[in-house]
Amino acid sequence: MRRILTSKWTKVVVFLLCLVPFFSLVDRSLHNRLGANPVEFLQHATGDWILRFLVFTLAITPLRKLLNQPDLIRFRRMLGLFAFFYACLHFLTYLGPDQSFDLSAMWKDVAKRPFITVGFLGFVLLIPLALTSTTGWIRRLGGKRWQMLHRAVYISAIAGVVHYYWLVKSDVRKPLFYGSLVAILLLWRLGSWISRRRSQAPVRVAAPGISVSS
Amino acid sequence: MLIRRASDLTYADVTPRSVYLDRRNFLRAMGIVGATAVAGNGLFELVSPSQEAFAATKFTGLAKSPLSTTEKQNTFEDVAHYNNFYEFGTDKGDPAKNSKNFNTSSWSVSVEGEVKKPRKFTVDEILKIAPLEERIYRHRCVEAWSIVVPWIGFSFSNLIQLVEPTPKAEFVAFQSYFDPQQMPQAKYAGIDFPYVEGLRMDEAMNPLALLCVGMYGETLPNQDGAPVRMVLPWKYGFKSIKSLVKIKFQQKLPPTTWNRMAPNEYGFYSNVNPSVDHPRWTQSKERRLGEIFKRPTLMFNGYGEQVASLYNGMDLKKNY
Repeated sequence: MRRILTSKWTKVVVFLLCLVPFFSLVDRSLHNRLGANPVEFLQHATGDWILRFLVFTLAITPLRKLLNQPDLIRFRRMLGLFAFFYACLHFLTYLGPDQSFDLSAMWKDVAKRPFITVGFLGFVLLIPLALTSTTGWIRRLGGKRWQMLHRAVYISAIAGVVHYYWLVKSDVRKPLFYGSLVAILLLWRLGSWISRRRSQAPVRVAAPGISVSS
Repeated sequence: MLIRRASDLTYADVTPRSVYLDRRNFLRAMGIVGATAVAGNGLFELVSPSQEAFAATKFTGLAKSPLSTTEKQNTFEDVAHYNNFYEFGTDKGDPAKNSKNFNTSSWSVSVEGEVKKPRKFTVDEILKIAPLEERIYRHRCVEAWSIVVPWIGFSFSNLIQLVEPTPKAEFVAFQSYFDPQQMPQAKYAGIDFPYVEGLRMDEAMNPLALLCVGMYGETLPNQDGAPVRMVLPWKYGFKSIKSLVKIKFQQKLPPTTWNRMAPNEYGFYSNVNPSVDHPRWTQSKERRLGEIFKRPTLMFNGYGEQVASLYNGMDLKKNY
């Protein structure tokens, strides 16, 4: 298992797999198979893939611990960047076909409609994370600060789910599906944070003079 | 002008178009082979290829209507595969897939309430109420997309006159067919069924209000509201109730499905109005299917000349 996870080829394979949805959309576009409302098809497909990649990204840490496979970390940056890649495409289908590339109209829409506001927030939050995803930036910011910054992905994922929930008219099954996945992944983090604090608590009692940073 | 009455036509008068349908199924099956690789859900379709409009009857001798638009029509394929018919599922492609075996034979529409002559109409009887016309209307969905469709039918007022409403009839309540057995996806829709809609009496009497039995020269496909539906082109699409089974004339304002579900988002009138936004999205623009960029939405969907006077003195921002 370790050998597979650490192989350079696995990374290449995962990278290509992440591009399959993109090329499938390109293929559909070229062959006129996007249905009666092609713009909506592209918006929904890219939107779905953002949420899926955010879920994949957020699942890495729990899976590393639960499966005892620390090498899974090698894929987290790539999955996160693919979430950003599909988010860029999603944003372009909005800025272009919906807003005719009119930035002032776009800002009005972002300000006026909560469902757009929250989706836009989720997208904008991903930009600094994508920019600081390099090893150089991790060094420059320092591990701790970098990690703090990258917790913004939690907000981005929640914003994405709310955006989807506010979009649908009455059938909320799919937004609730993504919502529960995100909730499970975030609650797992909360749980492990609480249990870490608890396990540190006896130290506090035993030696009150030592300040414990969490 | 010679208008051929539809009296010689019965709904059971099926011209099967079997050759045509076979060709279409064959082509679709071929398309699905290609799509399966990407979509992965075409396998079932291959095993049991789509057989839509199992009793599509062609109408002949349709009268042209002066109410028709000359705008470019959308294709039958688009109009029959991009539907909101939540009884059959909430994805736009669901109704075409899930309504294939919807049984519309031995259909009747009950007309009741404040009328002197309550009665049930079979579809054949409806076809004989008035000469059938082709009406090419713009159709604007509340979700901000639009289509141009050649519907077939006649003004709903023809039916109203036949049943002679009493002076107490101030509103018309409509009800769709509902059968959880035939519509198992309905339980996920998030709205209550049977679907109900309503109009004020003067709206229902307006010549634009169409009692619709077909489109594109033939009977309605199941997913577009077979066998008989309303078409109200100056209102958002959800007012144009599908697969009608009951029409009731009454004194009180009837409840309507989407209004009951979210009264702040969907009003009783639901006239197309670019200056009153849906709380969650703009209504000032719409995407005509087949176009990339959005176009401006017109007041009353461009039918102000025919219907604006119905709402004189009303605040349409309050009565949305």
